[in-house]
Amino acid sequence: MQIHTIWFVIIAVLWVGFFVLEGFDFGVGALHRFIGKTEIERRVCINTIGPWWDGNEVWLIVAGASMFAAFPAWYATMFSALYLAIVLLLVALFARGVSFEYRGKRDSHRWQTGWSWALTIGSIVIPLIIGVALGDLLHGLPIDSGHEFTGNFFSLLTGYGLMTGVTLLVLSLLHGATFLALRTTGEIRHRAHAAARSIGIVAILVNLAWVVWTLVVIGGGTVPEPTQIFGVLAVIIAQRLASAENDGWAFVASGFGIAALVGQIFIALYPNVMVSSTNHAYNLTVSNAAAGHYGLVVMTVVAVLFFPIVLLYQGWSFHVFRRRVSTPPTPSG
Amino acid sequence: MANDLARWQFATTTIYHFFFVPVTIGLAFLVAVLQTVWYRTDNPDYKRMTRFFGTLLLINVAIGVVTGLVQEFQFGMNWSTYSRFVGGVFGAPLAMEGILAFFLESTFLGLWVFGWERLPKRVHLACIWAVAAGTMLSAMFILIANSWMQHPVGYKLNSQGQAVLTNIWALIVNPTFVWGYAHVILASLVTGCLVMLAVSAWYLRKGQHVESFHSTAKVALIVLIPTIIIQLSVGNQLGVIETRYQPAKIAAAEALWNSCKPCSFSAAQIGGYSSSDETATKIILIPHLLSVLATGTWSGPVTGLNQLQAQDQKKYGPGNYIPNVAIQYWSMRTMAGLGALVLLFALWGGWLLQRGRLRSSRLFLWLSVWVVVTPFLMNTAGWLLTESGRQPWIVQGLQKTVNANSPSVSATEIWISLIVFVLSYIVLGAADLVLMLRYSRHGLAHADAEARQGSDSAGTPAPALTY
Repeated sequence: MQIHTIWFVIIAVLWVGFFVLEGFDFGVGALHRFIGKTEIERRVCINTIGPWWDGNEVWLIVAGASMFAAFPAWYATMFSALYLAIVLLLVALFARGVSFEYRGKRDSHRWQTGWSWALTIGSIVIPLIIGVALGDLLHGLPIDSGHEFTGNFFSLLTGYGLMTGVTLLVLSLLHGATFLALRTTGEIRHRAHAAARSIGIVAILVNLAWVVWTLVVIGGGTVPEPTQIFGVLAVIIAQRLASAENDGWAFVASGFGIAALVGQIFIALYPNVMVSSTNHAYNLTVSNAAAGHYGLVVMTVVAVLFFPIVLLYQGWSFHVFRRRVSTPPTPSG
Repeated sequence: MANDLARWQFATTTIYHFFFVPVTIGLAFLVAVLQTVWYRTDNPDYKRMTRFFGTLLLINVAIGVVTGLVQEFQFGMNWSTYSRFVGGVFGAPLAMEGILAFFLESTFLGLWVFGWERLPKRVHLACIWAVAAGTMLSAMFILIANSWMQHPVGYKLNSQGQAVLTNIWALIVNPTFVWGYAHVILASLVTGCLVMLAVSAWYLRKGQHVESFHSTAKVALIVLIPTIIIQLSVGNQLGVIETRYQPAKIAAAEALWNSCKPCSFSAAQIGGYSSSDETATKIILIPHLLSVLATGTWSGPVTGLNQLQAQDQKKYGPGNYIPNVAIQYWSMRTMAGLGALVLLFALWGGWLLQRGRLRSSRLFLWLSVWVVVTPFLMNTAGWLLTESGRQPWIVQGLQKTVNANSPSVSATEIWISLIVFVLSYIVLGAADLVLMLRYSRHGLAHADAEARQGSDSAGTPAPALTY
């Protein structure tokens, strides 16, 4: 395997990892106002992801930086092409990022409600935009022979891109609901089960439609790839297990479902990294967008040495806070 | 037009981001110091101060992180030609920053915030030190990347004219990096100390929680005094390095149009900022000081802007190779002048501490609250000096800023993003300021309540709701 292919795989893994982890954070953020009915219940919901959401978001930053370092042309073309979409994404990331920290720091109802909505809307907008972006990579955007984007904001709104965004959002909601069911107790847990059941049905349908559309876009005939079949099954199983209140496995299944979704995009994309709808000869590929060999070797050494350590301490952090979060007992007197 | 707007946006977002970064780096270190003292002595004053300043740190981290996302993305968004050209070199430290620093910082911050009652004391202490290390590592990789723009090393140009990495070690021992990094870390510590001192002084003046805040004022001063002394000499050495690799940066910082030997330094000047108006009225000339600052020797020669311009035209072709002289001149004086004042102020504080009169000197405590503005002015001036002084280059000698922006992004799009970012930053800044001030004033009760709530629920299955 050539070294730029290794980096394509690493970047795909980073995006998959990002959605497996941050996917449930988006789901929890989007659902916390609806599953938590009172202020204290909403705080319980937010605290289920409290220790981790920031570390999970780092997967996005590392994915972006790795694209910059390993495939400068990919990073340059994609980020300048998606300009206004990324501006919107950043505003959503601002709103959501500070809402966690700011929300509970003042005892004012308006303040808390405001940041609570910032969290909700941010958590919906982010997977939606990233989904559109990832879908567009595969569907293709107008790109010329110099790898410059020649369209405008509306060229980004491809049908397939939007469908990918909606699918990613719905699977994030399902993943968030199964996570809440796993991490809470009592009334909140019941509501999370109910949410997972109904969102699960929507997710099954949307995901199936998206897989079919993907087959059409890549024009690979009518035979689905194993990952696609796996993805469809994972979402169905997640819905069934959530209905059966089998929290742990339902969460694992929704995680596999979202991993399969993101994974499929990258599998279908390879060896391209960004398709040109103007002319396939202008596609950005793993070889024409890659950085120099020596630089990739250096980064591979760093990644191989340090990434396992990162996984260890992130895993340890999940282990430390493994207990369910519940509403604190009302202080007596 | 699009190029100018992209520059305005980069400058605005970067200056804003760097209000929060040094507070994070400085406070993370100081909070770790406070917690270490608590761990060693079991003095409860240090525990409540750890929690109190820890929360100020968290409020600040949140905004530093989100504004950092813009920095990470806007190279590709606004500077795609630059990104294509340098990604193979410049991107590597950014990717390493993510893997080595951001994961460390964010994961252990989560463990620290939520781990008060869950983790053994020693492990919990290690978490805050991991956060402090993460913030400093992060700055390290950013400075490696930035220093490469100031003084590119360890690369070659490939057949498509792109920069590719050939020697990672050269980037790490790049003198611009070594001294620039030390300068930034020390500046961050100064910032953290002055923030901590300001909050402590505010309480000491009001006579509230005197014991607790006297201990933090003491810690802040004890760290501040050696830091600011070392900082002045590190800054001096960085000036010498920059004179060697980017002579126009330093010549412009003195508005030096023609070469001199020995060279004096002016405290201020009127006029003299453009090639059509080279003679300035200099106010207070300090003989030999520019020679010392620029060359590290008593009478070293310094090349003037006219001579440098002629050299560069011969080397790179026609064009203007002189940075904005007024920005250079005044950012240099803001940074160095305030630095000297902060040194005197810190020594005064040290003297009061030594005499046991820190808590009773009304004037010093009153001034401490206002001195908190100075590190932000110095940090901004320092970056203006560095970045504006590199112009017209985006990568010194390799690529001009005017050729580096994204061809596919229009001026209209940048207007939209610039307005959106500025409005968002105003809202974020206002929220941050409200919380910082409120928490600084009323936060101690909160911190104490949290500590009680934490220990109450230690035995029950319901953990404290931190958020």
